[in-house]
Amino acid sequence: MKERYISAKSMGLVSCHECHLLSRWPEISGSKIVYCPRCGSELHQRKPNSLTRTWALLLAAMIFYVPANLLPMTVTAAVGTVQADTIMSGVIYFLHHGSWEIGIVIFIASIFVPFMKFMILIYLLLSVQFKSIKQPKNRIRLYQLTEAVGRWSMLDVYVVTILIALVKLGVLAEITAGPAVIHFALVVVLTMLAAMSFDPRLIWDVVEEENHE
Amino acid sequence: MHKIACHECDLVHDIPPMPARSAACCVRCGSVLFRAKKNSIDRTLAWTFAGLVLYIVAVTYPFLGMKSGPINQQTSLLSGVEQLFNQGIYSLATLVLLTCVLLPLIELLILLFVFIPLKFNLRNKLSIPAFRLLGQIEPWSMMEIYMLGILVSIVKLAKMATIVPGLAVIAFGLLIFVLAFALSAVDHHMVWERLERES
Repeated sequence: MKERYISAKSMGLVSCHECHLLSRWPEISGSKIVYCPRCGSELHQRKPNSLTRTWALLLAAMIFYVPANLLPMTVTAAVGTVQADTIMSGVIYFLHHGSWEIGIVIFIASIFVPFMKFMILIYLLLSVQFKSIKQPKNRIRLYQLTEAVGRWSMLDVYVVTILIALVKLGVLAEITAGPAVIHFALVVVLTMLAAMSFDPRLIWDVVEEENHE
Repeated sequence: MHKIACHECDLVHDIPPMPARSAACCVRCGSVLFRAKKNSIDRTLAWTFAGLVLYIVAVTYPFLGMKSGPINQQTSLLSGVEQLFNQGIYSLATLVLLTCVLLPLIELLILLFVFIPLKFNLRNKLSIPAFRLLGQIEPWSMMEIYMLGILVSIVKLAKMATIVPGLAVIAFGLLIFVLAFALSAVDHHMVWERLERES
């Protein structure tokens, strides 16, 4: 049964990433760039250097994840005392002061989601590289999940932005953005780019190859 | 009948003419291939105009106020970005400005720019690049996350002061839904077919 599934690539076709138009892939294109006849975007049968790019962006994100968690997100100066808060100390503060729901939201968005994204992308990359044919459908679901939830990690960056806007006069206290904020924003942007540069169709290419043999 | 390839697994499908309010799913991986919409152009334009009104309110009216004894402080949507600039973190200020203020506006303007000519059967040569740009912007527009950030901040400062939400916050909250409705009313397949025919 499964052999009847034929991808656009093996039919000599290419699907435009922007407008979904299916057009013929010219055989002798070499290093020439092919453009979509309808919308003019560059056409690729598979995203170029998908695995290498995803690995590079993912590793960069993982490196920034360390200072993002260890350095302070906010520095609060109130009458005589200066307090530096990391993401984790913010979560613990909420857990101890009654608003545990908020603590959990921040923990999930800032610590759990980026970590899960690392794990899922590493798993997907390795599964393609080791030509796994197991559960391709579930792997697509995992990929769609990482694409959908990744942006929510920006939460803590926005919280810092709003806090420093509200508490700026320095009468009660003064909050300044700590060095972790920029690292954290980089983690979010880099993991989003990593997910975008991964091509889920590679998962199915392996499955098709296996069926043809 | 037209052919379309699944974006997640590249399987080629023949799509028959679809009734309005229906979706086609990939037979192999189950991802949605496309959705046919009803009254797409009118609905998109209506939500977009509503969105523009809310946008203007959201950037001009007071956003959040903080009350603590005699101190009463007002902020606007742009205050946070302004503070980041003042603290010298320019890259972060730009990122927040783009994701929460500028990109949503650009999305609304592109929708108008593409859909008004479609509504009145006019030709617009720049519709194609503009509509392409819309698809690229979408994942980076993050107003709903900013809204959640506001809620977290209110809880965080609750012990220190009273936070008074301004008119702009309400407009901002509504804008999140209105923009989402405008974008979900867009029938991508129909738009591309019409742009192709007209060019």
